[in-house]
Amino acid sequence: MLTLRRLGCLMLAAPFAVQAAPPKVSEFKLENGLKILVQEDHRAPVAVSQVWYKVGASYEHDGITGLSHMLEHMMFKGTEKHPPGEFSRIISANGGSENAFTGQDYTAYFQTLEKSRLKVSFELEADRMRNLKILPAEFDKEHQVVLEERRLRTDDQPRAKLAEQFDALAYSNGPYKNPVIGWPDDVAGLTVADLTDWYRQWYAPNNATLVVVGDVVPEEVYQLARKYFGPLKPSVLPPVKPRSEIEQLGIRRMIVRVPAKLPYLVMGYKAPVLKGAAEEWEPYALEVAAGILDGGNSARLESRLVRGQQIAAAVGAGYDLYSRLPSLFMIEGTPVQGKTLQFLEKALLAEVRKIQDEPVAQEELDRVKAQVLASKVYERDSIFYQAMQLGTAETVGLSWKTVEEYVDKVNAVTPEQIQKVARKYLVEDYLSVGYLEPLPIPEGAVAPEDRAPQGGQHVR
Amino acid sequence: MSAKYLMRFLGIALLLAASQVLAGPKIQHWTGANGSRVYFLPTEGLPLVDVRVVFDAGSARDGQQFGVATLTAGVLDTGAGSWNADAIAQRLEGVGARLSTGVSRDSAFLTLRSLTDPKLLDVALATAHEILVNPTFNPVDFEREKKNLLVGLKQREESPADLAGIAFFRTMYGDHPYAHPKDGDIDTVEKLSRDDLERFYRQYYVAANALVVVVGDLDRAKAQSIADGLLAGMAAGSAPPAIPEVPQPAAANSVKKAFPSAQTHVYSGLPGMKTGDPDYFPLYVGNHILGGSGLVSKISDEVREKRGLSYSAYSYFYPYRQLGPFMMGLQTKNETAAEALKVLRETLEEFIARGPTEKELQASKQNITGGFPMRLDSNQKLAEQVASIAFYGLPLDYLDTFVQKVEAVTADDIRRAFKARIDPAKLQTVMVGGFDSAKPAR
Repeated sequence: MLTLRRLGCLMLAAPFAVQAAPPKVSEFKLENGLKILVQEDHRAPVAVSQVWYKVGASYEHDGITGLSHMLEHMMFKGTEKHPPGEFSRIISANGGSENAFTGQDYTAYFQTLEKSRLKVSFELEADRMRNLKILPAEFDKEHQVVLEERRLRTDDQPRAKLAEQFDALAYSNGPYKNPVIGWPDDVAGLTVADLTDWYRQWYAPNNATLVVVGDVVPEEVYQLARKYFGPLKPSVLPPVKPRSEIEQLGIRRMIVRVPAKLPYLVMGYKAPVLKGAAEEWEPYALEVAAGILDGGNSARLESRLVRGQQIAAAVGAGYDLYSRLPSLFMIEGTPVQGKTLQFLEKALLAEVRKIQDEPVAQEELDRVKAQVLASKVYERDSIFYQAMQLGTAETVGLSWKTVEEYVDKVNAVTPEQIQKVARKYLVEDYLSVGYLEPLPIPEGAVAPEDRAPQGGQHVR
Repeated sequence: MSAKYLMRFLGIALLLAASQVLAGPKIQHWTGANGSRVYFLPTEGLPLVDVRVVFDAGSARDGQQFGVATLTAGVLDTGAGSWNADAIAQRLEGVGARLSTGVSRDSAFLTLRSLTDPKLLDVALATAHEILVNPTFNPVDFEREKKNLLVGLKQREESPADLAGIAFFRTMYGDHPYAHPKDGDIDTVEKLSRDDLERFYRQYYVAANALVVVVGDLDRAKAQSIADGLLAGMAAGSAPPAIPEVPQPAAANSVKKAFPSAQTHVYSGLPGMKTGDPDYFPLYVGNHILGGSGLVSKISDEVREKRGLSYSAYSYFYPYRQLGPFMMGLQTKNETAAEALKVLRETLEEFIARGPTEKELQASKQNITGGFPMRLDSNQKLAEQVASIAFYGLPLDYLDTFVQKVEAVTADDIRRAFKARIDPAKLQTVMVGGFDSAKPAR
């Protein structure tokens, strides 16, 4: 139940005309401040409902990291009306699937249901928006679950460990330096009182967006939402402190040494995002630059470093223009056997330099745009993904309309603009580099007593 | 609204809804020009098409050359006809198409997603055709893909979850072709040559061993020309003999491997069922109650909700052509591994001894039947369903009768089927983790 900021292959899209009419989004607002976005998709008798709260790890301060995520877990643990576990049982009995995720900028809850059951979702979500009851006994158990989640996702994964320490290096004072799941001591120290305060502070209709995508009629969704969410009281929301990241004044480096088998490196350049961008075209140009580097098998990193020069076994570049605060333009790679991290880093930097020095070929740019356009159609095959896009844009403080503008804005990017942003942002002073240097993993030999018959085994 | 009232109210809504969603999509089926089997499902609403070409050429066909199926599929799109890897990637990405290849234990597959605009689709199809019918197995590309696969195999060794999964299959399947990891082992992949791949390709990538699935916004004539065009010129060949039956282990077994991780990963299970198994529905519905329905399942409730021992705890049947695994799994801090395994085992034993209550059975049926529309709510999911029906030879009305067959399952059916299939005294168990927390010497 956790989504970290992604680093991966960009799904970009195309220079031919879109053949499907773009989906229409209907927007409503209740008197208590709840925003409602509805997108129709009548291909199957199904609807997804998502409630997005404007709170996440980047709203937390030192000492309480992981609080938003822990609260997300407790949101399934009962209200005045519904005892712990009943939320999930009711959704399940209605054929629904449900879950939740926490990121730096949001906490979101969702159900996918046959369309006539939408009211079930609304009734339960409205209830837990204001009436959560955090029981100490339930908290104690779930606290253990979250500690297990941290061990699973971070502590026992060499690359996740590098990523966590890398963020702490790349950011000095900005909140993205903290992991979404929280630092071990902070998570261990969370209390019922911390969670209760956090819940009271942020969980209110005027801090939430309800997104519904599926086989629905917007006006009916609005009426249903009014019925269930309408009676909820809004809160006075505390102002969110800016916490702008200080300017980076030179390259930063780190080494993480953990038991592992493969060396690996990550590089991140401080970069603006759509929200708060001085020049609106710049994030789109960075998006296309990421596509030039890593928009598929024909893109530069794969064709030159994996195939041509055979320096990397795997490479990637990624940039997420939908975050609340300025973020990182990321590049990552695993060297082939026999090549060093230093060697791979040089090759990656040379590729960045080429983007700065030479305008990208029109054919190359067209290919990136072709993928952007096709992806836009493919994405519509998933109602969940469509809802995700609307919810993300709205929650980081952009309008959902930016999702609609995406293809046009990407299409408008020129080779000169790509060069400009590369020269301005993909520069050494804004760069952080992290190396994963493997330590030997002790042999996992099967000890004689490990072959004991079943029953009463002891692992250690 | 009280909770009780809500439940009753929802019960009514459920009955009404169920009757509306019983009809599944109508899959069309015919034999293609060169003897391959073709399955087509027209869809509407988006100008896209999903194509899958599936061969009985999964890792179970590796013989002693573990990894040859994976590497063969992996090299296909790196050179075909007169195109090298760059040209193939540029052709596909220039029209916004997505193509991938891969294997499971039973099958090898190529998937292609494209827009339906003929200018774009035709380029994508022509490229996929060359990949399928005229791959070149270039020595340079072969060597590179092999090296990169070896890097991937090495990475598995830093993951206690991967190591536990590999050990579980080896323990459960002994020397059956399902036993080895589908991507092979480092020592077997190191020995593979380019000619091994070509030999594997010539034997298994043949029309008599192929099926084509087309799902998208097209008419039947277009689907027919797509299927025939994709495999035009492919050798007819013959279908391979059946994979051998899976023997049941004679006795319980427990394997532990030390690994320097904070958690111990636990898998426990037995060979479970085949695709199209006569007990499929009792086992599927029963397992949904036991460990297959997320947080509301019994295993998750006992391990996670009641005791906070693991982030995820579950059980699944994975039906294969021959007996696929029934596997229970969890991860927990090293200190509680023995306790968590005990809870897992007791939950299973109690379920087999007593079976589900009527209330549990009802709740699971409601989830499965009420959630049926969500199995078919995207082009991609439909393509996956059709490919699975086609590959495993399930009846074409499988989706039409699915809800009915779930409804027909009784608590007695579940008790009988579980007793017949899962003997808790013979569980195969693997634990990886539990290494002393001291850091290795630097």
